[in-house]
Amino acid sequence: MSEPAHEPLNEPLSDTTSAWEPVIGLEVHVELDTETKMFCGCAVSKGDPPNTHTCPVCLAHPGALPVVNERAVEYAARIALALGCTVRPRSIFHRKNYFYPDLPKAYQISQYDEPLAVAGSFDYWVAGELLTCRINRVHMEEDAAKLIHAGGDAGRIAGSEYSLVDFNRGGTPLIEIVGEPDIPSPEAAREFLHQLRNLVIGLGVSECNMEEGQIRWDANISVRPAGSGQLGTRTELKNMNSFRFLQQALEAELPRQIAVLEAGGLIEQETLHFDPETGATTPLRSKEEAHDYRYFPEPDLVPLTVAEAWVDELRRTLPELPAARVERFVAQYGLSRYDATVLAGAGDMARFYEDLVAQGIDPKLAANWVMGEYSAHLNAAGLSPGHGHVTAPRLAALLRLVADGAVSGTAAKQVFALMVEERGEALEIVARHDLAQVSDTGELKAAVAAVLAAHPAQVEQFRAGKEQLAGFFVGQVMKATQGKANPQLVSELVRAALAGREPGSDHV
Amino acid sequence: MIAGLDPLRLTAREARRLLIEGEIAASELTKSYLDQIASVEGKVHAFIQVTADNAAKYATEIDQEAGATRGALAGLPTAIKDNMVTEGVTTTCGSKILGSYQPPYTATAVRRIWGDHIVMLGKANMDEFAMGSSTENSAFGPTHNPWDLATVPGGSSGGSAAAVAAGEALWALGSDTGGSIRQPAALCGIVGMKPTYGAVSRYGLVAFASSLDQIGPLTRSVYDCALLLRRIAGPDPFDSTSVSLPGEIELPTAERLDGVRFGIPTEYVAAGIEPGVLARFEQTVALIEELGATCVEISLPHTEYALPAYYIIAPAEASANLARFDGVRYGYRSAHADDLVSMYEATRGEGFGAEVKRRIMIGTYALSSGYYEAYYGQAQKVRTLVRRDFDTAFAQVDLIVSPTSPTVAFGLGTRTADPLAMYQSDICTIPVNLAGLPAISIPCGLAGHLPVGFQLMGPAFSENRLLSAAHALEGAIGFRSVPTFCDSRDAAIAPGGLCHQAAQEAQER
Repeated sequence: MSEPAHEPLNEPLSDTTSAWEPVIGLEVHVELDTETKMFCGCAVSKGDPPNTHTCPVCLAHPGALPVVNERAVEYAARIALALGCTVRPRSIFHRKNYFYPDLPKAYQISQYDEPLAVAGSFDYWVAGELLTCRINRVHMEEDAAKLIHAGGDAGRIAGSEYSLVDFNRGGTPLIEIVGEPDIPSPEAAREFLHQLRNLVIGLGVSECNMEEGQIRWDANISVRPAGSGQLGTRTELKNMNSFRFLQQALEAELPRQIAVLEAGGLIEQETLHFDPETGATTPLRSKEEAHDYRYFPEPDLVPLTVAEAWVDELRRTLPELPAARVERFVAQYGLSRYDATVLAGAGDMARFYEDLVAQGIDPKLAANWVMGEYSAHLNAAGLSPGHGHVTAPRLAALLRLVADGAVSGTAAKQVFALMVEERGEALEIVARHDLAQVSDTGELKAAVAAVLAAHPAQVEQFRAGKEQLAGFFVGQVMKATQGKANPQLVSELVRAALAGREPGSDHV
Repeated sequence: MIAGLDPLRLTAREARRLLIEGEIAASELTKSYLDQIASVEGKVHAFIQVTADNAAKYATEIDQEAGATRGALAGLPTAIKDNMVTEGVTTTCGSKILGSYQPPYTATAVRRIWGDHIVMLGKANMDEFAMGSSTENSAFGPTHNPWDLATVPGGSSGGSAAAVAAGEALWALGSDTGGSIRQPAALCGIVGMKPTYGAVSRYGLVAFASSLDQIGPLTRSVYDCALLLRRIAGPDPFDSTSVSLPGEIELPTAERLDGVRFGIPTEYVAAGIEPGVLARFEQTVALIEELGATCVEISLPHTEYALPAYYIIAPAEASANLARFDGVRYGYRSAHADDLVSMYEATRGEGFGAEVKRRIMIGTYALSSGYYEAYYGQAQKVRTLVRRDFDTAFAQVDLIVSPTSPTVAFGLGTRTADPLAMYQSDICTIPVNLAGLPAISIPCGLAGHLPVGFQLMGPAFSENRLLSAAHALEGAIGFRSVPTFCDSRDAAIAPGGLCHQAAQEAQER
């Protein structure tokens, strides 16, 4: 690429940033987990030796013809219905023509002006606030094969010695969800994608595995004066294969466009390649090289028709969608909307949470633990909710000890860590590691006395009016008791000791 | 040669009877065709590849097979147009770009008749990617018309038609996109039929124009045509555009045409038909009336737009269909390239012939942004109008008739420099492809020393009606001439004279 990279701006955004607002749209591709490919009987596979799932159709041998995979239509329609789209009774496949070695027919069978589904919307939350993005369309197509460029620079074709093609992926059913430019910020774009992925996973039509590229996306972004109803010239961003990169790329592109506009320049409509290492975007191809895909109706396929009754049945059998589940969690468990989006957004997390609550755990206590220790553990261990040693019943056993006051909150975190480490049960770990909460006043009084004796200078300061030191003494006592002490009781004892009186005498 | 077995005259019906009744062995029958190939193929060049060893071996195996387990077409020697893929047998499509292509699978139509135990004699010559009306566009050299070796056999199924006419095959499969079965059948004096679009699976037919292509039979009689069609027709799960026929293809028996209403489209007869062809056509129309049918003039008003619409739609589809020949996975790859784009360009530049390149360029242009509506979009509208013309006509008549080709076989090389003149060859055959309708061409006599074809067109799925009428008419016409393998270029004094004389002698025999 000879064109210069758009370097990320080093200077912080000027105050005038607030005079501009970004307009972001996402186009999301999802590979469907059907057993066979979109237009032939080859298995959809993962990790098998290259070119072991191919046939005359997906290798584009002369004379081979496509046949539509009915299950793929069903899966695509499920996604469309979950996005509130209208599934059209008749849709048409088109040929999208371009030459590339990963596209054996040199055209992709896709949908164009008569797609499977149109006019939906997707509700998602950003920091507890509900946003809506209109969905333009959901259409069906086939995935390309996988290219491996050998001996070159960063796996790109330019400069590589030779390229290998693995056609196992070629022809995998793919849907494209085209969102309208309704997304107001890079953060919102990230949330949109994250929550859309959860929706699709919840429908059971794709695992949306990011490493395997089962879900991929492009973003388009433009800026406009805040409050303006007009759309500016947009750029399209590619190669953002994580949610974080999406946000980073948008956050890099946003000030670049603002700087160009503020300098009196014009945004060029172009496609930009995001480089995660530099954080910069590079023009991928200029307008002169812009593809003319020469779309025309695929003559090898008859129009795709779906019966209204079939669509109704699919709609009726959709699982509970994240949006509805969030509202239910707010109403049913008294959670904040923010907590509800975290817990109800993904099906497996929601299931785990509800399993916990079903064990009789207080919904708020359960929410705090699932979003706190449990989520941290999942991230660290690379597990998804419900997997690993700490099942909902095991965590419930621990939380019952917390609720009963048998284990302090601090100690419970230790117990949890030990459950993970030793693959044990909460009760047995509390006993073995002596982590039961100490509420014995005599034992704690002695500990308080010892702490005060060890810190005479601080006692002096406290008595001179520096009352915030109370927390320090409580902390020291908790430390001395390895977190087992009942913190509320310790606090009372500390204040009483400093005041030189018995605890509890000034209240109850 | 077996006594009484003349490959120039033998029908599949008769050959089948001889085989079933044990009067001849399949190996003997096949040998008589291989002998004929050995004797005339040097002049005709109907085949790109003759699979003689396989054919002889397979015929012997059929002889060892018990009669009860033999397929319906067991032992019948057949030529297959080289755009139908055949596993284990090179399939070139008449192109250098597939010059050594070994298909990993077999076309449904071929698989069906292989299942019936036909004997494949070889792969028939054709215009490259079925683009042409003379078989001169083959990368493997032209086929010569056995009626006059100085003329073309028509195309693109010219190899299939010439093989049957020359007695090099009992019958053949061809494909018809704009007349590619009917026009060569007409120019070679045999029967050729394009079925209703969807009647025969296209799976394994190397695509030229997907919405127009149909496989069909080229045979020596209408009965044979029905016999072969009934084995290849029918829905195929591998071709979404294939359909069930309303009933099985029947073997025709009709000898009369009582009560059948024929329409003669004025637009076709006006379309620059050669006087000799027109005379034969009018004689045949008179015969139709003698057989008890009525003939009325009808109008298909959009006929003049069919040819230009076809030359947008077919190249547009071809430009996409032929894009897969990129040198990456199979077929020819140029050695003169050092990166991806130059590999594409050199491979396609060296691998495709001039006519194919012309059509890829026309099609690419017609689909390109800014021109799509003006060309492809407009052509599709014309296509709808052409279809409506036929709908209207078939509300008044049962069948429509016309000359198949405006001329008899023309001289080799006489139209190669003028593509538009070549395209005119298909003026009478293209409209039914646009409308998806069935049509059949039968020989209706000679003009000079060369055969003339008579075309019958019917509504969608009227195959049985068409075959029945063609059978009755064929009987009344009584075309008995056979080709003479003469060469009018030898007749320096009176061009065509020797051929004419030879033809007359043959007819009198």
